[in-house]
Amino acid sequence: MFDLLGWVPIIPLLGFLILVFYGRRLSKPEIAWIGAGSVGISTVLVALLGFEFLQGPMSPYRLTLGSWIVSGDLSIPFGFYLDALSLTMLFVVTGVGFLIHLYAAEFMETDACYARFFAYMNLFVAAMLVLVLADNLVLLYLGWEGVGLGSYLLIGFWYQNPANGYAARKAFVMTRIGDTALALGLFLLFTELHTLDIPSLMGRAQSQWTTGAVLPIVAAALILGGAVGKSAQLPLQTWLPDAMAGPTPVSALIHAATMVTAGVYLIARTHVLFMLAPPVQGAVALIGAVTLLMAGCSGLVQTDIKRILAYSTISQIGYMFLALGVGAWSAAIFHLLTHAFFKALLFLAAGAVIFSFHHEHDIFKMGGLRKSMPLAYWSFMIGSAALTALPFTSGFYSKHEILLAAYETSHILWGAGCLGALITGIYSFRLVFVVFFGKPTREIEKKIGGRMTIPLVLLSVLALCGGLLQIPLDTVFPALSEQNPGQNATLVSIITLAAPILGVAIAGLFYLTGTFSAANFVNLPGARLLNRLFLTGWGLDAIYGAVLIRPFKTLAALNKNDAVDKLYLGIAWLSRQLHRLTSATQTGRIRWYASSMAFGTVVVIAIGLLS
Amino acid sequence: MSVIPAEMGLLLSGLLFVLGLIGVLARRNLIMILMSLEVMLNAAGLAFIVAGSRWGQADGQILFLLVLTLAAAEVGIGLGLALQIFHRFKTLDADSINQMQG
Repeated sequence: MFDLLGWVPIIPLLGFLILVFYGRRLSKPEIAWIGAGSVGISTVLVALLGFEFLQGPMSPYRLTLGSWIVSGDLSIPFGFYLDALSLTMLFVVTGVGFLIHLYAAEFMETDACYARFFAYMNLFVAAMLVLVLADNLVLLYLGWEGVGLGSYLLIGFWYQNPANGYAARKAFVMTRIGDTALALGLFLLFTELHTLDIPSLMGRAQSQWTTGAVLPIVAAALILGGAVGKSAQLPLQTWLPDAMAGPTPVSALIHAATMVTAGVYLIARTHVLFMLAPPVQGAVALIGAVTLLMAGCSGLVQTDIKRILAYSTISQIGYMFLALGVGAWSAAIFHLLTHAFFKALLFLAAGAVIFSFHHEHDIFKMGGLRKSMPLAYWSFMIGSAALTALPFTSGFYSKHEILLAAYETSHILWGAGCLGALITGIYSFRLVFVVFFGKPTREIEKKIGGRMTIPLVLLSVLALCGGLLQIPLDTVFPALSEQNPGQNATLVSIITLAAPILGVAIAGLFYLTGTFSAANFVNLPGARLLNRLFLTGWGLDAIYGAVLIRPFKTLAALNKNDAVDKLYLGIAWLSRQLHRLTSATQTGRIRWYASSMAFGTVVVIAIGLLS
Repeated sequence: MSVIPAEMGLLLSGLLFVLGLIGVLARRNLIMILMSLEVMLNAAGLAFIVAGSRWGQADGQILFLLVLTLAAAEVGIGLGLALQIFHRFKTLDADSINQMQG
């Protein structure tokens, strides 16, 4: 039964190949069946496997399809590894991925490059599946790079607009910085521990390295570099808001099911290394906390519906990093799962709004959609409630778990998390109130059909009830340290619970009842600057532009004519001059030649006589 | 029979050679250049004859025969070329036929 595991990534890959080679000859329904169907088959397989796995003793299962690289004591097989962690990821990637594919089948129907779109989507999903199933770090890296390639292709899908190509390149280059760190980490691990097989690597690290030694710290820091790039955390998060250039289903896929969760998965997968390197683990928590606050503040002032969601993703991944950093591994994966549900739901609902408004992204040009688009309204309501972690939604359970775990480690981290939850409440419901309440501004142009409705409904159910799912992650991760409910445990719980609700209330006062107006705040001293800072994502793009891109461009401009080339050009110039000089003696005058011959003879004879 | 001293013969041949060379360099007409070349060849031939008589050997006269043959062949080819050049350029001015410049 578990032999079928190999087919899970292969079928989307086959879908990709078919669409690449025969995509032009297929009709649109055929393309949709192949594109969404291949992921659908994988989903069914994962469901069967998961059912079987959860029935059994839940011991890890390994499947080796063949060997890939064999050289000396390096042996890299095409090996897959199934345990509770990879199974959870499989559910997210295939399940949510399939719903997004189904949605995209209708959303992209009018696009001329339908086959190309689904080919890229399948490649993306296949790469992500390889990433989560890999039993060694090299195969994981293959999937990792495949995801990078897929994101590049999909973000730049509408390549006719140069800005989209720029966004795609930006995502590719920014994540590549992290990938380089990860590759270096792999080299270090192999030279030190002589294996890249994840379970034996973790075993050897535990037995050969001591906690807090230099080697595990460097290795964990390099892996963290890779995770930070892929998961869009500080300081490499600037590619994610620009990645909104892709079609909306792509954003949903990148943000919910694939790509950005890869970094969280990687850290969870190599958590042994991070436990051996407490300073790096502390850095993970710190990065998470700072990122979630920074991204949350940026989310407050955006006007593009997709950019708000993009910043909310960065912020939510920040929560996952925070959880990883405080050792709440299962809480991080749990939040990853619930986040996949509600973020996919939010993006697809946003896509429905954009679809009906004919690619309008500015939230202030929408309004009063509650009546005209009830499905999108309810989806958004449920998604935002889960994002904000209002009680009894899925996000509530996972975020609550993270914040309580953070409180155990550091009160400051917990405070940052709670403040982040407050900000989340404000910006999510600002979005809901502005788009769906107020006065209707214009008529909707298109109705959404069945293939877009089903994913929205299913994801709404999952976003509401996903918190009740019990994943047996305790077989993979060590249990949290002693739960130590101090005397103010109740108070902590209440504050954690109240923060998002307060956020919603503030958003309501501003954008629903109009008691306060954001315009008044903008005129306060310093607020304009702060607004600009938030709007541009803390000016990181500008800083990178000034520190890295501008000097590089200046250097390139200076060396435009290639200093080294000057030497060779000089040689060429010299020989050309010599050539001109000698060719000037070729006058074509026969008497001139005769006299020079006579002169030469006289000189030669004279030399012969005089010497 | 008085014997002309070899120095005088060589002086004459040198004089003739220089005259021929001046003719080659100074003249512009191809025919005149060819004729000057003949003078130079004959100057060389005279040097051989003088040297032969000085040493009392026949080698000098044999070499003169070779020079004569060379001169005949040279004139044959030279005049043929001159004819062709005149056909093509309608002139025999050596300076105006200078199209093969570097």
